[in-house]
Amino acid sequence: MNNFKEKLAGRIFLVLAFSSISALALITVFILIQGAPIMTKVGLFKFVFGMEWAPSQEKFGIFPMLVGSVSVTLGAALLGVPIGICCSIFLAEFAPATVRNIFRPAIQLLAGIPSVVYGFWGLIFIIPVIRDYLGGPGLSILAGSIILAIMILPTIISISEVSILALPRQYKEGALALGMNQWQAIWSVMLPAAKSGIVAAVILGIGRAIGETMAVIMILGNAVALPESILDPVRTLTTNIGIEMGYAAGEHRQALFATGIVLFIIIMIINASAQYITRKK
Amino acid sequence: MPRLSTSPVRNEVIIINSRTREIIAKTFIWAAAIFVLVILAFIIIYILVKGLPIISWRFLTEPPSNMGRSGGVSSTIVGTLLITLVAILIAAPFGIGTAFYLAEYTRENTVTRVIRFSAESLAGIPSIVYGLFGFIFFVIYLKMGWSILSGGLTLAFMILPTIIRTSEESIRAVPEIFREVSFSLSATKWQTIYKVVFPAALAGIVNGIILSVGRCIAETAAVVLTAGSALRIPSSLFSPTRSMAVHFYILAREGISMENAYGTAALLIILIFLINVVANTLLNSFMEKGR
Repeated sequence: MNNFKEKLAGRIFLVLAFSSISALALITVFILIQGAPIMTKVGLFKFVFGMEWAPSQEKFGIFPMLVGSVSVTLGAALLGVPIGICCSIFLAEFAPATVRNIFRPAIQLLAGIPSVVYGFWGLIFIIPVIRDYLGGPGLSILAGSIILAIMILPTIISISEVSILALPRQYKEGALALGMNQWQAIWSVMLPAAKSGIVAAVILGIGRAIGETMAVIMILGNAVALPESILDPVRTLTTNIGIEMGYAAGEHRQALFATGIVLFIIIMIINASAQYITRKK
Repeated sequence: MPRLSTSPVRNEVIIINSRTREIIAKTFIWAAAIFVLVILAFIIIYILVKGLPIISWRFLTEPPSNMGRSGGVSSTIVGTLLITLVAILIAAPFGIGTAFYLAEYTRENTVTRVIRFSAESLAGIPSIVYGLFGFIFFVIYLKMGWSILSGGLTLAFMILPTIIRTSEESIRAVPEIFREVSFSLSATKWQTIYKVVFPAALAGIVNGIILSVGRCIAETAAVVLTAGSALRIPSSLFSPTRSMAVHFYILAREGISMENAYGTAALLIILIFLINVVANTLLNSFMEKGR
């Protein structure tokens, strides 16, 4: 009886353990089935590099949105990565215990706030400031980059901090014993040693920025056109799905799933490279 | 001889340089940290100042009327809770089971590598893609329609990796001596897991579940595509519903009622804050027990 229970428990755990594999497989299969037909009909090249998106005229080209996603994400990384890494160094090395005890939960709260709230806040504060001082409609790449930069901070800060804290104490002590000051020890010994973790943090942050939908849907302006400056409105892959999924049908809906496929592939490449970098260590 | 005279000077230059550099670097790092705290405080305080006066007993207990222009948010609270409940009830057994398998039943091999790769990939998939999947799989293919069930099941997929990771970490944090003592008392593996490891890891596992509750409450993109945006109080798990986050999004984006939008946003932030406090308290008690 006991033996049977033992075997059963082991089997059940094994079955449960396959849940994440089957979940990933289901998601991949169903999104591919829905999106692939229109991709082959339009032609993969014309779909990805097509300039025109006019579902009513059966024109499906997502290149402007690809440019939109990449530009907003790049902007977010340029703003968010330096600040995020500085904060992780601050938490790991400089922060007094009391400050750290406020900062860590604050970052956790930052990560937990619904993304729509960020979008709304951007709409109320960032947009008018950009419109009044820099010109343009305000709804722009710049606004999206600022909001996404704030939103990817928790990812970058927490993962980088963990990888700095995981370093053996001897690294820092050895550097200090050689007469380096604290900053030299951080800059020339600890950061290089924690490099793979920090790079993974940045990559995962970029993944979050590319995948974010609800925050940017309110502040990017959603125009389907190639942007000429960072003050121009754009549409991203995610917002294209978010805006049109509510009423799309037929080939239009399939084209939105195809947009999802492109997004999915980009994210899987980003994920895999982050995992590869952390494993290599 | 000239070398002797220049060398102290050079040394001094180097010392000044590295010191100045340290000061500059420290200034930047402090400035970045303060900047982030100020922005966070600004966002939260702004929403709370605008939203807290809106929240009242009536706001919490009355359903929205006139598309949300007036009335409260009660039906969206019910919707959010039911979706979250479904998601947790489905994801928790699978997630915790996977964690026990990874931590107790196997060594690292190809199977575990594939499981870990899948879980980490799931963690990185954007919520809008979960929304697309949930829409086509649950709403259309399994004919559940826009419903609490579709929304909850979709979110279960989304929170699965969080539950796996936090549960595995807390199972691995249970000291090996617990298991050894249990085995030495001739307990079997299952008895050891069920009676020793699971209770010891419980606080950490619950912490992961609470964090997942927070993610469910905050989620918008995946929910709006799978649970719909109906304002009625749901009558069964197959009724469409509108979560608080979706309600806030619709109020704010379509400019229906800024007041009620602020109220809903403040409510969401307070909920997330409370969830974090509970999770952290639990985690701290868990860590202290481990010591």
